Amino acid sequence: MTINPDLKYTKSHEWIKEENGVALVGITDFAQDALGDVVFVNLPEAGDEVVAGESFGDVESVKAVSDLVSPVSGIVQAVNEELMDAPEMLNSDPYGAWIIKVEQINDYEALLDADDYEAFCAEEG
Amino acid sequence: MKLIFEKSVPGRHSSLLPPCDVPAFELPESRQEPLELPELCENDVSRHYTQLCQRVHGVNCGFYPLGSCTMKYNPRIDEEAAALPGFTNIHPLAPKASVKGSLEVLELAAKYLCEISGMDGMTFQPAAGAHGEFTGVLLIKQYHDARGDKARTKIIVPDSAHGTNPATAAMCGYDVVNVASAPDGCVDLEALKAALGPDTAGLMLTNPNTVGLFDKNILEITRLVHEAGGLCYYDGANLNAVMGHVRPGNMGFDCIHMNLHKTFATPHGGGGPGAGVVGCKEFLKQFLPKSALMEDGKGIQVRGFAGNFLVVVRALAYLLTLGKEGVPEASTNAVLNANYLMEKIKGSFTPAFDRVCMHEFVLDLSEFKKETGVSALDVAKSLIDNGMHPPTMYFPLIVHEALMLEPTETESRETLDEAAAIFRKLYDLAHTDPDYMHHAPHHAQIGRPDEVAAARNPVVRWTKA
Repeated sequence: MTINPDLKYTKSHEWIKEENGVALVGITDFAQDALGDVVFVNLPEAGDEVVAGESFGDVESVKAVSDLVSPVSGIVQAVNEELMDAPEMLNSDPYGAWIIKVEQINDYEALLDADDYEAFCAEEG
Repeated sequence: MKLIFEKSVPGRHSSLLPPCDVPAFELPESRQEPLELPELCENDVSRHYTQLCQRVHGVNCGFYPLGSCTMKYNPRIDEEAAALPGFTNIHPLAPKASVKGSLEVLELAAKYLCEISGMDGMTFQPAAGAHGEFTGVLLIKQYHDARGDKARTKIIVPDSAHGTNPATAAMCGYDVVNVASAPDGCVDLEALKAALGPDTAGLMLTNPNTVGLFDKNILEITRLVHEAGGLCYYDGANLNAVMGHVRPGNMGFDCIHMNLHKTFATPHGGGGPGAGVVGCKEFLKQFLPKSALMEDGKGIQVRGFAGNFLVVVRALAYLLTLGKEGVPEASTNAVLNANYLMEKIKGSFTPAFDRVCMHEFVLDLSEFKKETGVSALDVAKSLIDNGMHPPTMYFPLIVHEALMLEPTETESRETLDEAAAIFRKLYDLAHTDPDYMHHAPHHAQIGRPDEVAAARNPVVRWTKA
C-alpha cells in the first residue's frame, strides 16, 4: 500500500491536497484496494455545497457501494469528469485521480498526516 | 453454448397441422412483420433446457448455503399442490363464486401467516421482498399523512441492514439515517436514541440481523421508536430463524413483509416469481392495498389482483404439511444446523462474532487474507470446484472479507460434515498453494467472468446479427 507523504487524510480514507485555497479530494490506495474494481462513480456538480464529514457522492465497486465523505466544507469548483467514463482510474492511480475540487473552504474534518494515516491503516488492517 | 435463437433452423417445428379447412385470413399489414421466434423441434428444445440445467448449481444439485437467501429444499408436494388445474386454470377476473377454493387458500394463508407474524391484516400483492418493503413503508407513510403529520421525513436503518432497506426508504421519499452497530453486532442504543426525534417516520430492522444475531434489546428498540412517534418495520428476510418461536408483532413491530419464496418453500433465486406478502397491525389495516379478499379496500395498488397466487398456494401447502409442531421445529433445526456448521468450521476459519448464532453466521477472513493472500472471493470460487454453492460474499458490509453461511434446516448432518471438511481442505490449500485458489474455479463450466465489464457494459439482450 502506498501513502503519499505530501497529502492529508481522513479516517474514511479520502485524501486532500490544498493549494491556493482550493482543495483536491480523492480516495486513498488503501480505499481502492479494499473496494476492489470500481465500476461507477456518482459525482456532485460544480456549484454544489459539500459539508465536512458528510457524503458528497459514492463509488460502486464489484463488491459494494460506498459513500464518499468530504474532508472539508465548501463549494464544488469542479468535478473530474474523466472518472465518469474511466472509473478504473481510481484503482490504477488513486493519488492522481482527484474526484472533486473544492473552493470557499470554511470547515475541516479532523485530518491526519501521512504518518498518522499509515498507523491508522495498520490498525484497521 | 448457443442461445436457443442461434439454434433456430428456418422451417423446423414441433407440430404437424392438418390441411387448412377454413377460409384464409389476411392479417393487417401492421401484424405481418415476422416475430423472430426460434424454430426448433421438440427434442432440440428439450436438449437445450437440459443443457442449461446442467450448467448451473441449484438446491437440487447440492449444498447451497447462500446467506440470507434461505435456499432450503422445496418439498415436491408443494409443487404438486400449485400444479392442480383448479389453481392454474383460473382467471383473475372470474366471478368469485367460481373460484371459492382459491379465495379460501388466500384466507387460510392470511390466517396462518398472521398467526406466525403476530399481525392482524395481510396483503398478498407484493411480488418479492423489496416490493414488500416498499409496500410496508408506504403504509407507514400513509399513517403519518392521514394524521396530518408532515414533519416525519426520516427512516432509520441500521448499518447491518440489507441494502434494499435504505433503497426502499429512499424510493418512498424518505431521508435515510444510518445507525451504527455496537461491537456485539446489535443496534447501538445510544446511537439510536441520538437519531430519533420528531422527524422520525420509522425504523426498518431485520431480527435476527444480517450477522445472524438476535438483537437482545429488541423490545427497548421498538419502544424507543414508538416513544418518538415513529413506526417499526420488520424485514422478514430472516424469519426462518424464529418462526413459530417468537412473533415480530410481539417484538413491537407494526408491519412486516415475509418472503414466502424463501421461508415457506418456493424455488427461488432465478428471478421469480416470489411473494413478499405484507402484514400489519389492526390500526394500519385501513391502508393495505385493495386485495381479492377486500372488496371495499381503498388503499394503494402495488400489483394486480392477488399477486403471485401460486406462490401462496405453495406456502399454504408447506404450512399445512409442517403443521403447528413442524413450523417451530423447522426453525429450531435451521438454528441448530447453523451452529453445528459454525462450530465445525471454527477450527479453520474465524466467525466474525464468536457466540451462539441464529440461522446463519458470518466468517471474517481478513486475518486469513493477510496471512495467505487468499481472499473471501478466492475461497468462494474454490468452493465451486468442490461441488458446493459459495456462501454470500462481502456482505454484511460491517465485516471485512465476509462469507455468510445459511445451511437451512433441510440439510443432513452428513452434508454439513462434508461442507466443513471442504472448508478445512481449502484453509490448508491456501497455506500451501494460494496461487491455485487465486485462479479457481478450475473445473466449472466457466472460470472467472469479467465482473467489471459485466457491470460497466451489461449485455442483457440478444439481438440478431
